[in-house]
Amino acid sequence: MVKNKKQPAVIKDLESIRAMIRRHKRNDLIFAAVGMFVIASLTITLLVLFLDLILDGYPRFTLDFFTNYPSRKPEIAGILSAWVGSSLVLLVTFFVAVPLGIAAGVYLEEYAKKNWTSDIIEINVSNLAGVPSIIYGLLALGLFVYAFGLGQSILSAGLTLALLMLPIVIVSTREAIRAIPIHIREAAYAVGATKWQVVYDHVIQYSYGGILTGVIIGMARAIGETAPIITIGALTFIAFLPPTPVTVDPPFLNFEWLSSGFTVLPIQMFNWISRPQHAFHINAAATGAIIIILTALMNGAAIKLRYNIRKKIKW
Amino acid sequence: MKENNLLKISIAAAIASTFTFSATTFAAVDIVKIDGSSTVYPISEAVAEEFQKATGIKVTVGLSGTGGGFKKFCRGETVISDASRPIKAKEAKMCEEAGISFIEIPVAFDALTVVVNKGNDWAKELTPAELKKMWEPAAQGKIMSWNQIRPGFPDQPLKLFGPGADSGTFDYFTEAIIEKSKAIRGDFTASEDDNVLVQGVSGDKGAIGYFGLAYFVENKDKLDAVAVQNGAGKFVLPSVETTMDGSYNPLARPLFIYLNATKAAFDPNVKKFVEFYLKNAGKMAKEVGYIPFSNEEYAAITEHYRTLKTGTAFEKPAIGLSVKQMLELSAANK
Repeated sequence: MVKNKKQPAVIKDLESIRAMIRRHKRNDLIFAAVGMFVIASLTITLLVLFLDLILDGYPRFTLDFFTNYPSRKPEIAGILSAWVGSSLVLLVTFFVAVPLGIAAGVYLEEYAKKNWTSDIIEINVSNLAGVPSIIYGLLALGLFVYAFGLGQSILSAGLTLALLMLPIVIVSTREAIRAIPIHIREAAYAVGATKWQVVYDHVIQYSYGGILTGVIIGMARAIGETAPIITIGALTFIAFLPPTPVTVDPPFLNFEWLSSGFTVLPIQMFNWISRPQHAFHINAAATGAIIIILTALMNGAAIKLRYNIRKKIKW
Repeated sequence: MKENNLLKISIAAAIASTFTFSATTFAAVDIVKIDGSSTVYPISEAVAEEFQKATGIKVTVGLSGTGGGFKKFCRGETVISDASRPIKAKEAKMCEEAGISFIEIPVAFDALTVVVNKGNDWAKELTPAELKKMWEPAAQGKIMSWNQIRPGFPDQPLKLFGPGADSGTFDYFTEAIIEKSKAIRGDFTASEDDNVLVQGVSGDKGAIGYFGLAYFVENKDKLDAVAVQNGAGKFVLPSVETTMDGSYNPLARPLFIYLNATKAAFDPNVKKFVEFYLKNAGKMAKEVGYIPFSNEEYAAITEHYRTLKTGTAFEKPAIGLSVKQMLELSAANK
């Protein structure tokens, strides 16, 4: 009886429920459209900028451009010292920021006690990721260049960019570690593994993918940084290369290059864009396109590596 | 696993090396280090390029701006400082306190060029007084239209474009036109990149701006230069000729390099470089868009340099000095 009585009401409701569903579906559609629009406008902006750089700079995409030193004659000027400088600075950045960043991430996630000190550290790390890069430049000028006496060298620049990159590595390491299911750890402990064995053989191994992404995104940010590098006193004209890091004689590694003066790609670009002659602007466009290509390649590599590593891991 | 170990070892080596190196290896290479003004940079870059090709001695050039350059110079980090204005008393004192004496060497002229939009058919000639009226601090918020500058000019909004306050170009312009260093109205569009100023002036009919001659020469199709009245009452357009014969004043300004006197006296590489610089400065300056001195003037500058006479000709600020006057003033110091 009761059922029968209520039925008409449900049927009446059905219309309004359908209307609600329609309304929600329409909202879904609107949201998807807005999302598409935002993504498309961002991508198109980047593509247009990139194409513009390529179109302006394409006459300079020659081998000479990569093997020549800067020059007052735009048509023979090249980016040899700039790309070598950028590579060496990034090498230092990589070898400093990656071990420190991963270690810090693992410590905070696995070892640190959850108390106010670790809270403060955590807030600081997240804040540091958002600090403008010029601040790092000023810190590095006082600390590395003068207090430590490292001078305006590749080492100073590499350490500066490493500071910039550290928070990114730490945050991505922690996130990657957090994504590992708790039962992996519990299984390892259950068979008698020590904490370090769990961390080293499982936690770090399984979080490589995420860590790597953070590392490469950090490197991609570092390669385009200009402000902190200018602050610590990068050169603009330098027509010789630092001593090579690898030698034929033992001990095969040479660290003199760390103390060498240098320039980097964005500084070379900045210098050319501010010159009066249009031919220099073409060089600047070509350099800009190369920086974007390098960044895209690095990000692409990050995605590919992450994909490969994830495929290998079977819980 | 092997690879992993290798990676670990190299990481350890890299970290270890960062802490053990600093003291021993810095200063190992004999490099002629230059830093300073971005205006003088193209000349120094050109000379450095040729010098390195000719002698194999390494030269580096930085771009910290005139003020930043002097800071490094007075700390003894560089041997030569590029400067688009004379050294200031404060900077000279900083050098003196650090025990660094300097030789002031003028290397070329730059002609500050006042430019207007192509569509501007009224302001072909302006007097320094009219420029002052536009740019002085008192004009802020008051002088907003061209017809306030000279009766007969149209009622066109006046849009001002100029280099920012950190630039030597700005310092010189204010000294020459407003007769007070760094005094300027606040409501104008400033940019450290002269190409931005070119864009700005070429995009607005009522715009006026100023920057170095090279930027005008490269953008003649977009902008017109204004003839500025000189001390003799004549309206003169900026060019290599009018600057060289001295008729384009007061906006022709000298560019300098400052040389560490001790290094100039004792370091053979630095000596070689400065001699090379002075021999080639004229040719190089012209190639990169500046105005060379005459050969006699370069000869006189070289003589002055060889006497290792330190100090500046600009203990009192001065505008529109000839090379001869600068050298005489410098020689007369102390």
